[in-house]
Amino acid sequence: MTAVELKNVNYKYPLADEYALRDVSFRFVEGRFYGLIGENGGGKTTLCNLIRGLVPHFYHGELEGEARVFGMDIKEHNAEELAVRIGYVFQNPFNQMSGIKSTVFEEVAMGLENLGVEKEEIIRKVEEVCHFLGIEELMEKNPNELSGGQRQRVAFASIIVMDNEMLVIDEPTSQLDPQGTENVFEIIRNLKEAGKTIILVEHKIDMIAEYCDEIIVMKEGKIVCSGETQDILSRMELLKYDAQIPEAAIWGHEMAAEGMPLSRIPITTEQAVQYAVERRQTDGN
Amino acid sequence: MAIEFKDVSFAYPNGYVANEHLDLVIRDGETLAIVGQNGAGKTTAVKLMNGLNKPTCGDVLVDGINTRERSCAQLSRTVGYVFQNPDDQIFNSTALAEIEYMPRYLKLSEEEITRRCGRAVELTGIGGYLKMNPLDIPYAIRKFVAIAAIIAIEPKYLILDEPTAGQDKRGNETLERMIRELSREGTGVIAITHDMDFVTRNFPRVVAMAHKNIIADGTAREIFWDSKTVGEARIKKPQIAQIAEGLKLPGDILFCGELTEAMRQEKRSI
Repeated sequence: MTAVELKNVNYKYPLADEYALRDVSFRFVEGRFYGLIGENGGGKTTLCNLIRGLVPHFYHGELEGEARVFGMDIKEHNAEELAVRIGYVFQNPFNQMSGIKSTVFEEVAMGLENLGVEKEEIIRKVEEVCHFLGIEELMEKNPNELSGGQRQRVAFASIIVMDNEMLVIDEPTSQLDPQGTENVFEIIRNLKEAGKTIILVEHKIDMIAEYCDEIIVMKEGKIVCSGETQDILSRMELLKYDAQIPEAAIWGHEMAAEGMPLSRIPITTEQAVQYAVERRQTDGN
Repeated sequence: MAIEFKDVSFAYPNGYVANEHLDLVIRDGETLAIVGQNGAGKTTAVKLMNGLNKPTCGDVLVDGINTRERSCAQLSRTVGYVFQNPDDQIFNSTALAEIEYMPRYLKLSEEEITRRCGRAVELTGIGGYLKMNPLDIPYAIRKFVAIAAIIAIEPKYLILDEPTAGQDKRGNETLERMIRELSREGTGVIAITHDMDFVTRNFPRVVAMAHKNIIADGTAREIFWDSKTVGEARIKKPQIAQIAEGLKLPGDILFCGELTEAMRQEKRSI
């Protein structure tokens, strides 16, 4: 089933001279995990805003072409209803936090509270999510006194507690250490396995390589390339688009250039080790 | 001349101890990365360098002067700290006003203000954003505005708190060029980061922190190939080093070229 269908979409923010999205066409399928990569200012966050209905409902501006979310034209959607169906984790956790709640527990509970969910249910869900994200010890703390990494986990918790069918996640790990990053990706994988559609903006290319089903590369408002993760992230041409590829892939290309090609271009550490071991065996014979 | 930590401990007013018994010497002109998991005490430690935090026990000396005897405002001319979150730092209504703020506060001549701001803008590559309100500037570029505002003070030591967070390929390249240039001119650059490839490429010296302490201090190669430090500081080896480890190749490999060379050597020896 199609979750989002975009056909020749152009979009310009109010008062902007240039288009933020140019001739964007793409079909997001339900239950898939998409990695959105590419240069800053290339249109990644604008694309998220469109899917989430903030474009055009909040930002206005000029929207051309066809954008359908859950089978309905984005212009026909009610922005509040979309907010309930699509969870959106902000790029900057410092912007997402309400600033009006005095404990992490209340901050995470706020969305459910607004929907009028029963108190016992709220407590159960908030506790479950905080446990899931390993932030139980923060529950009684003031959200405004947390470290960058802690805030980012709280911001993430307050969205996944809503249990939306689709999640748009804009750089959820920028302030996190490797362990924290790994945890967040494990959680996203679990959400995907629970059938949710995930659209993730992320610069940590080794993590993208490990977890995403499909990759979309954006530059100057256009989708310059898209497809299966294995195929896209092994291409050197991504560097030309100011996107990154894993070090493992760069090494794979270097090995080929030096006359010691691996059976395929690896995109993860495990693949690189596996293909190099195969190469050793061939050389050994 | 140096920043010296002498058995420094720090506790927040609520009693939470964030740093314990730190001993560290950073000579002027040195480039150094501080790595370690969230909550290890990295940000607290660097805030001790410019007097934002004053030690609870022990002493921090900046070029021989005890930070207890100077205000943060005085120290910040020598030790510039760029906040992790640019929004904690930026308060002017245009990017240019933000960068000019400190040079004007220091009552420098117009000529000197223009020179310093021009250099800060060039190093950070934000020339196209000067007239904009910082809040309208994308987050990753706003971080460069925050960096430029500190560079314009021309501190002897520049501290960057997670400069790589949210940066794309080009942002990382700008950072790398900037660090090289500042270092060439003799500015000491101290950066907190989780990006280990960034560390490997740019920092000859790496300090690893874990549970409020400094647990290792050495070259990137020494740190990343010491499995005890990697485990304790919960850092992640650069991918090339992980592959070399998986293949049990010798030589504490960190870079792509080294890995290819090791494979070639191995092939020859077969």
